[in-house]
Amino acid sequence: MTDAAFVRLAPAPALSPPASLVGPWGWARANLFSSATSTGSTLVLAALALWFLPSLIGWATWKAVWIAPDGAACRLAQDGACWAFVAQKWQYLLYGSYPESEHWRVNVTEVMGAVLIGWLLWTGAPRKLLGAALFFFVYPIVAFVLLHGSAIFGLPYVDTIRWGGVFVSLLVSLVGIVFSLPLGVLLALGRRSTRPVVKALSVTYIEVVRGVPFITVLFMANNLLPLFVPDDYAPDRFLRPLVGTVLFAAAYLAEEVRGGLQSLPKGQYEGAAALGFGYWRAMGLVALPQALTLVIPGIVNNFIGLFKDTTLVSIVDMADFLSAMDNAMKDTVWSGPTILVTGYVFAGIFYYVFCAAMSAYARGVEKRLAAGRNR
Amino acid sequence: MSLSDAKPTGPAIEFVGVNKWYGRFHALRDINLTVGRGERIVVCGPSGSGKSTMIRCVNKLEDHQKGAIRVDGVELTDSPRSVEAIRRDVGMVFQNFNLFPHLTVLENCTLAPIWVRKKPKAEAEAKAMELLGRVRIPEQAGKYPGQLSGGQQQRVAIARALCMEPSIMLFDEPTSALDPEMVREVLDAMVELARSGMTMMVVTHEMGFAREVADRVVFMDSGEIVEVNAPVPFFDAPQHERTRTFLSQILR
Amino acid sequence: MSIAPASPPRAPSLSLGPIVAQGALLVVIAALIYEAAANVTAHMQAQGVPTGFGFWNQTAGFDINLSLIDYSSLSTYGRAFWVGLLNTAMVGALGILFATPLGFLVGVARLSPNWLLSRLAFAYVELMRNTPLLLQLFFWYNAVLKALPAPKQSLAFGDWLFLNNRGLYVPKPIAEGGVWPFVGAIAAAILVSIVLWRRAKVQRDATGAGGAVLAPSIILLAGLPLLAAIIFGPPFTLDFAKLSGFNLHGGLQLFPEFAALLFGLVVYTAGFIAEIVRAGVLATAKGQTEAAAALGLPRSLSLRLVVVPQAMRLIIPPLASQWLNIVKNSSLAVFIGFPDLVQIFAGTVLNQTQAAMQVMAITMGVYLAISLLLSAALNFFNARFALKER
Repeated sequence: MTDAAFVRLAPAPALSPPASLVGPWGWARANLFSSATSTGSTLVLAALALWFLPSLIGWATWKAVWIAPDGAACRLAQDGACWAFVAQKWQYLLYGSYPESEHWRVNVTEVMGAVLIGWLLWTGAPRKLLGAALFFFVYPIVAFVLLHGSAIFGLPYVDTIRWGGVFVSLLVSLVGIVFSLPLGVLLALGRRSTRPVVKALSVTYIEVVRGVPFITVLFMANNLLPLFVPDDYAPDRFLRPLVGTVLFAAAYLAEEVRGGLQSLPKGQYEGAAALGFGYWRAMGLVALPQALTLVIPGIVNNFIGLFKDTTLVSIVDMADFLSAMDNAMKDTVWSGPTILVTGYVFAGIFYYVFCAAMSAYARGVEKRLAAGRNR
Repeated sequence: MSLSDAKPTGPAIEFVGVNKWYGRFHALRDINLTVGRGERIVVCGPSGSGKSTMIRCVNKLEDHQKGAIRVDGVELTDSPRSVEAIRRDVGMVFQNFNLFPHLTVLENCTLAPIWVRKKPKAEAEAKAMELLGRVRIPEQAGKYPGQLSGGQQQRVAIARALCMEPSIMLFDEPTSALDPEMVREVLDAMVELARSGMTMMVVTHEMGFAREVADRVVFMDSGEIVEVNAPVPFFDAPQHERTRTFLSQILR
Repeated sequence: MSIAPASPPRAPSLSLGPIVAQGALLVVIAALIYEAAANVTAHMQAQGVPTGFGFWNQTAGFDINLSLIDYSSLSTYGRAFWVGLLNTAMVGALGILFATPLGFLVGVARLSPNWLLSRLAFAYVELMRNTPLLLQLFFWYNAVLKALPAPKQSLAFGDWLFLNNRGLYVPKPIAEGGVWPFVGAIAAAILVSIVLWRRAKVQRDATGAGGAVLAPSIILLAGLPLLAAIIFGPPFTLDFAKLSGFNLHGGLQLFPEFAALLFGLVVYTAGFIAEIVRAGVLATAKGQTEAAAALGLPRSLSLRLVVVPQAMRLIIPPLASQWLNIVKNSSLAVFIGFPDLVQIFAGTVLNQTQAAMQVMAITMGVYLAISLLLSAALNFFNARFALKER
């Protein structure tokens, strides 16, 4: 309209968008062909996919050997994965050299752990304090008895040298996270303290541990721990890497918790003070519960990182999943050109699925927390 | 032909049968509007009515799928060069100021003239100081945006847009993000700009400003233009039902 | 209690109670350290292990296949330390050098409006984040590089390149007479280019139109060294690798251990850097690009002048942390036999001398020093370039 006044008498017609905008063609126009460079990229990538994908998928599926008693069939099928190898070795990959008759003990330990963790992480769960007490205090003892053996309960001893595979990877990461939580919280509180000695000790510990590679911590624990303590307390060869893992994980966890404490609005501390809470009460009842909930995604990410880092424990003679796979691949019955790639790809898939699932969980928690905070 | 070379004649902005969709949502319906040279248009309406979308189509921050938009007689197309040419001649002030935090106030104002209009640094700075004086904050030239108040930042944003010597200025809710005591200083700057004869299209809820300065007021609702009129008849005798409802809600 | 304090509730630290408590804490820690030290010395003396640093000057007695300085089995343990340290530094520096641009590339691809490209980059990043680095190293080393053919059946590109399970062989440049003029010419070309760029900036400030400096710079950088080579003779000759017997001789040999470690580190870390770049760019508010566009800035200038400077502020701190990770992760060399600091010093030397305390202290000290240096540099950067606020 021009400079004259205007009053709309009838509502404007509701039209549907032009075809070039919606539907699959509209999507393609916007996402694949929106500019010259975009079109070029689409063409190049599509060409590459057509070139490589069929042989890759074929390698993993129709050209692969799925069932075989030994490596003969795999040696013949050089274009395909040797999944039969994985199938035959699955027990070793899961349990290491743990005696087969006692596998049930490992299974029971893992199921209990899963149930307890599920209890703690499920938001609507009742009586979480009981779950936490069980998980942090009762479960470690029960798990130790089950896995290691005890004359009292009629469970034959299984030397730690026979432990290996997935269950060791899970064990190390879980022990790492569980025992590093209290230490990490203490360190985080210590770092925020105004008392110079406490703060200095905490900062030194955190910065030193975070500045060195995990391998050096493992070496230190392996070589030096027996030297630090008198002979009668000499730690088992399995215990030393566990201690190293806990000490390492605690420093990183401390930083996560500190971030959570810092991100709490000051009003929380002020509210607690106004209610007459002293330091420990304010921390224990108000600040920490909130901060720990906030950093659950961070803690889960730490767990994922720790799970990947457990691959390093093989350097101190602890057989985790990756080293079990490595050992399995050396079996001459199966040797062939496809074994190495098959083994590593399978290991990759295993880690990927596990870590991606945990990541997705962490993201879900984060979203829920954010929704609760930002209205 | 550069838009700023020839003296512009004819209408400043023309919307002819403009429709816009976000996916399946029909955001702008059959927009027809002509803004004359030197005219001041105030656009008002409830949130979600499409008023911001409409003015953002003028400098192609949003695309329209149907109809034509002409700025200074030149039709808006997809060609990047024509879009950049139009953007040089149309200035925009945003609700959230959008100043560049890593540059000083002066550098904010001289960035585009130096790099786009290829002005020598000294000339650009002189012009910037003149415009900062016009919005009454020349002494802040060396500060960073993070060191200024909201009202000051918005005035810098106005000066920054004016440094490009546009012939049309768009304002997208310029005072909505400001604390009440700072709204006045920004509105004063806009009134002074209007009095100097600038073509302006302003989306705002400040009806006092509309009464004082607007040549026409446009009321939008649900993506369509419902009523257009001069301020006096618009506020005193609104003709459409929806206009009456809206005015009764905001002018209590 | 008084009106809510402005900081979390803490006991005041000047009264007697806390001082006594902290003093007690110090005493306990000191006692623990003393006890540990006593145990350590007792154990070490019982096993006849050296408690001092005398081992530093003892003969090493083992060979190292990759050394940037002169080393033989007759060199000392101390010299072996330096070899390891230099190797770690080299891998770290090269890793940072290659991972950073690759990471930026993948990060930019992740932000691309092209769906295929951004999904591909997403898959890459997810793969890197969800699989252990050690697994990737094993894959590259065992499944890829060691699966290459023996030297006699090398994959060859004429006389220039040989790829086999002993490594990658390229011609080795040997410095000749013309090398110093060549280097001098490159340096001169760089200096002149810098001068040209400066002058162009001044010119643009004064008149608004900038001089075109890219073309002259390229011509200089290519032409001047070429001129030097023609006048003063070739700067170096090439020693080609040749097959004799069962092995290749001559040329420059890139060991598969080194290649696997470097390649694995670069590819792995680039995934994390890509996410950092993406987060930094996304965090730079959309309004900034809109404001720049509304002022008439074309997309290239808008990126260069508005988005990238702001994004870099967000990118640099986590990027520095990834650089540190590259150095720390290079310690995985011990798994594939690459002679880095950990493999040589905390591995072989520790095993041979049994001087665990000293060796571990030195090794961890080195990494700690690198980490602290990086932190200091980062703090300096943050302080200087932080956005100024009220």
